[in-house]
Amino acid sequence: MYNKSIAELAKGLRSGQFSSVELTTAFLDRIKQHTALNAYITVTEDLALQAAKAADIRLTKGDAELLTGIPMAQKDIFCTEGVKTSCGSKMLDNFIAPYNATVVDKFNSAGAVMLGKLNMDEFAMGSSNETSYYGPVKNPWAINNVPGGSSGGSAAAIAARLAVCATGTDTGGSIRQPAALCGITGLKPTYGRVSRYGMIAYASSLDQGGPMTRSAEDAAIMLQTMAGFDPKDSTSVDLPIPDYSAGLNNSLEGLKIGLPKEFFGEGLNADVAATLEAAINEYLKLGAKITEISMPSLKLAIPAYYVIAPAECSANLSRFDGVRFGYRCENPVDLADLYTRSRGEGFGKEVKRRILMGTYALSAGYYDAYYIKAQKIRRLISDDFNNALAEVDVIMGPVTPSTAFGIGEKIGNPIEMYLSDIYTIAINLAGLPAMSVPAGFAKALPVGLQIIGNYFSEDKLLNIAHQYQQVTDWHTQTPKGFE
Amino acid sequence: MSLTADNVKKIAHLARLGIEQQDVASYAKDLSGMLALMTQMGDVVTDGVEPMAHPMDQAQRLRADQVTEQDNREKFQSIAPQVEAGLYLVPKVIE
Repeated sequence: MYNKSIAELAKGLRSGQFSSVELTTAFLDRIKQHTALNAYITVTEDLALQAAKAADIRLTKGDAELLTGIPMAQKDIFCTEGVKTSCGSKMLDNFIAPYNATVVDKFNSAGAVMLGKLNMDEFAMGSSNETSYYGPVKNPWAINNVPGGSSGGSAAAIAARLAVCATGTDTGGSIRQPAALCGITGLKPTYGRVSRYGMIAYASSLDQGGPMTRSAEDAAIMLQTMAGFDPKDSTSVDLPIPDYSAGLNNSLEGLKIGLPKEFFGEGLNADVAATLEAAINEYLKLGAKITEISMPSLKLAIPAYYVIAPAECSANLSRFDGVRFGYRCENPVDLADLYTRSRGEGFGKEVKRRILMGTYALSAGYYDAYYIKAQKIRRLISDDFNNALAEVDVIMGPVTPSTAFGIGEKIGNPIEMYLSDIYTIAINLAGLPAMSVPAGFAKALPVGLQIIGNYFSEDKLLNIAHQYQQVTDWHTQTPKGFE
Repeated sequence: MSLTADNVKKIAHLARLGIEQQDVASYAKDLSGMLALMTQMGDVVTDGVEPMAHPMDQAQRLRADQVTEQDNREKFQSIAPQVEAGLYLVPKVIE
């Protein structure tokens, strides 16, 4: 049951092979068996069983949708009414969200069953899930290694079959990087495609929610539910939503793939490079054509990102002040002490580092030198992508420089940790959609292939990923002990 | 460019962010490392480049000036650290 696709499960639910209550119970049991992974922060067993019962009624009545009765999980960054929404932080350890994120509402109306809330790096700031207040998530493929981050709980849960599918969010690679390190499929949509309402903000001009699944076929179904204009999100884009499953089987004959030479140079692990080469060869067999391209500004993505994202983070996180919700320090002596200590005790070290960096970059005398300069660099990076995508249909490359690294290996060196997002960050700065697709293994650890497309070309990306998944079986492989 | 312990304390004060005395040196080191990374940006000529604030250069959408939200005061205050008579309580500000 755990290895079935959404479409297969939907069929099983309709034919009476199993009920949603049975399916949900099976997943809840599995979650209990594998608590050592630390993938979930909160398991909502009672709510899940209620939702499953309601789904079974809908299924009997015949008014079910594809996701009705399917057990899934939400990254703990999405507000869920009446359920703790911690964002991986002590600051929100006591926060029971008073409303639902739009994405959560959409899954609820589709009749999906929420199993619980998934672990993540604190406020989505991290690339290893080690900054979570609730402790690191373990990678199901190698228990001493990180699952990636920030959506590490989502990626580990899908890889270990502790949910059929899950939501993630991606500000600098937080869907794609953990998807790559855990051998699952992850899609970061175009900025504005999925509502950010009720998704706790980190860097508002970069944050975007998206699906994390085993296959592109499942991701198409999830995105269909997630995508769409939302008047409650002022940056939501009002454009029609295509049928994401309709074009999955289109031929890739003549597809023009651009390979930026900057993606395959120094810094990319040789085993990862060899695995990606094999994956790209599969695309040649499917009729695609390869062009080498150059994107000279890509190397500036990390410095620009670590100005822009912390600047936006320092503004967004100023709302956590110990007054209206969240953590408040004990016995504050005055208002300044209340603010300073609540924030000092409520936030972890990485979050503080980024608040400090952002505050500095926005402070008088440095604003032009850092923030405005970074925004100009952002334009150059975006221009690079626009120029490239005028010549090729999609860009391919690595998601990560290496496979999953050890827990504790990089946490003491923040700069080294930041460099693990070197291939993903530029895409957020440009606002483009991109996927991570399981492309094989290097020394028994999963490797992801990144596919980057033009604005609002999610349907094309899903088609390209799905065609690869028709001729490979990397996405169906299960880590040992989780079969 | 590197930051001193005093710089870090000043930034922390601007952010109203408590940091432990024993951590100041490590923040100074980490932030200096981040700033070193950023010096690469200085080498690029960006005269005449328009700063990019939004991925699609969209302006914020405006909506009609109408009341769309209900009054949820009680619900929102039920999760507040300290409230009384519909007001959020903080330590005394005016003597």
